[in-house]
Amino acid sequence: MQSKTVETRHAPVRCLEGGSGEALVYLHGAGGLTENDPLLAQLATKFHVHAPFLPGYGETAECATLRDMLDFTLHGWDVVEALNLKNPILVGHSMGGMIAAEMAAAAPNDVSRLALICPAGLWLDDHPIPDMFSLLPYELPKYLFHDPEAGAKLMTSGLDMSDPKFLQDYLIRNARQMGMAGKILFPVPERGLAERLYRIKARTVIVWGQSDRMIPPVYGPAFQSAIAGAKLVTIPEAGHMVILEQPAKVAQAIASLA
Amino acid sequence: MKFTWFNLMPWPYLPDDFREKNHSVWVDIDQRLFDPVKSNAVYNTYMDLLEYADTLGFDGVGVNEHHQNGYGIMPSPNLIAAGLARRTKSAAIVVLGNSIALYNPPVRVAEEFAMLDCISGGRLVAGFPVGTSMDTNYCYGQIPALTREKYAEAHELIIKAWTTREPFAFNGRYNKLRHVNIWPRPIQQPHPPVHIPGGGSVETYDFCIDNTYSYSYLSFTGYLRAKALLQGYWNRVEERGAPDKSPYRAGFAQTICVAETDEEAERLYWPHIHYFYNRCLHVYPGFADAPGYRTIKTIQAGALSQYAPPKGFGELTWKDLTEGGHVIAGSPETVRQRMEELIKGLNVGNIFCLMHVGNMPADKCMYSSKLFAEKVMPKLRGLFPEWESDERFWCHPIATRAVPGSLPAAPTTAPGAAPRTPVPAE
Repeated sequence: MQSKTVETRHAPVRCLEGGSGEALVYLHGAGGLTENDPLLAQLATKFHVHAPFLPGYGETAECATLRDMLDFTLHGWDVVEALNLKNPILVGHSMGGMIAAEMAAAAPNDVSRLALICPAGLWLDDHPIPDMFSLLPYELPKYLFHDPEAGAKLMTSGLDMSDPKFLQDYLIRNARQMGMAGKILFPVPERGLAERLYRIKARTVIVWGQSDRMIPPVYGPAFQSAIAGAKLVTIPEAGHMVILEQPAKVAQAIASLA
Repeated sequence: MKFTWFNLMPWPYLPDDFREKNHSVWVDIDQRLFDPVKSNAVYNTYMDLLEYADTLGFDGVGVNEHHQNGYGIMPSPNLIAAGLARRTKSAAIVVLGNSIALYNPPVRVAEEFAMLDCISGGRLVAGFPVGTSMDTNYCYGQIPALTREKYAEAHELIIKAWTTREPFAFNGRYNKLRHVNIWPRPIQQPHPPVHIPGGGSVETYDFCIDNTYSYSYLSFTGYLRAKALLQGYWNRVEERGAPDKSPYRAGFAQTICVAETDEEAERLYWPHIHYFYNRCLHVYPGFADAPGYRTIKTIQAGALSQYAPPKGFGELTWKDLTEGGHVIAGSPETVRQRMEELIKGLNVGNIFCLMHVGNMPADKCMYSSKLFAEKVMPKLRGLFPEWESDERFWCHPIATRAVPGSLPAAPTTAPGAAPRTPVPAE
């Protein structure tokens, strides 16, 4: 993947870019994005992929003027505009899925294909989502991964969870990223999306990891029933980080939109 | 010197194995550990002790705000302060304070503090903390990265409400009010003195310097560990060219236990010190600092080990706690020496004396408080003679104050009517 910076009203936005084919915009989750993301690599074999970093993530600086859901939604469209794209395939994972769904609901005539990968944005009282903000690093893998042990290794790049270097990097990155994410996810990751999903006109595929313990798979049908004609794909042996655990299967589900 | 008698109001019945069996003392503490019937005596004893402190000659009695917390059962300090405003005579009512970002709208704080000032006859000292992450973010749901912006707006609104004599419109980001016009307003003019509890950020230092507010460091870890933080504050006071370094620009909270001898102090107070330091302070580290609540710079400077997988609980001993300065305990002379070291070392004029600790029963707390008031406090009073007349950071009560309970005898006939007297004939 290549990397470039585009200017937007609120902040300069760092953006990963690669592959060729139809334009696809990928919005990352609250945990962020790396250059060697396996899903981006898969998608780049079929699409021209653009993956912008939300302010506070990667090299994109935090942005105090993005405060609420509407700010995030319009910023998403500002980035699409800055990338000079028309009607890209819009893909989002977790928090990115929430933003993508909001973008598609806010401008239903500007997006005709939408992929939501275990998106945030709904709240079911009987299935509360864990408080991801208070979880300590060593507690996260069991919520995020089908295989927590393998997941922990992915999170730390092999370092021990008590390693001071890991903790220092993690805490600073976490404060920047989750500080920003908290504006739309804290303390309950719901900002009224349920009232707006009906507006989406895009052909939509919803992808869920069958062992997602962060946003449980029961949220899949909730999204599906609120978006006309949406297709739901459940992937076994994958948790909330289905994008790392089963990237090929996720890419395949997204490719069905093309 | 200003000595404020402080009680966090800990729940005194946490079980012995509390730490081993419970996730956290704060935020998600087990509901069943609170016994409302027992709390009747707990609250009344705690309020009695605050009133007792007034009779001993402490300059202030202090209350603070915590939510869903096993060592601070005071979600509304203003309710306790209202009781104290009536039942104490001379002490300042130090409310340290109201987490102003949590009140909707924050004019509620301007109003309640005004009521407290009016009822107490101008004895209010007002505190405006940002609030801990546990209280503000995890219990009261404020978005961490927006908390400080909301706090700053609430502060602006409260001060404006206190000092503006015409109704005004306030078009804030978090508060839209067309008619701000608080009724009542405080006795103290232009407004009661303000103390700001802080945890070492430069922004808070500057906020206090710019507004002539007192900066308070409220920790439980004692004066030896506080040295660097308060030195940072005093350096900043100098850097910013503040007109003076009056010790009343700063306050510090210290756990204090006094007995006749050092040995007696250990014997009397150790169980309660142990209860507080080894049981009550069991806070799940994930609640300590919601991402976005603190600045990156503060995190870079902080300790990390609490975020690693736990390896069992350490026990602090009496020796650890007294030598480490968490607790100043011993005979009046021992306590005097260490308090003098604290006061001079940190250059602080406002001391928040944590005289009730953990599950300490009333009699021990009274014994310790009385010894401190009679045998220690008088010897510390004159430590800053050159600043004795600095009244910027303390309350200014009115000279003649109402005496609660001064109703006349219950009337037996309709009051106010002129006695029926025969009209003299022309």
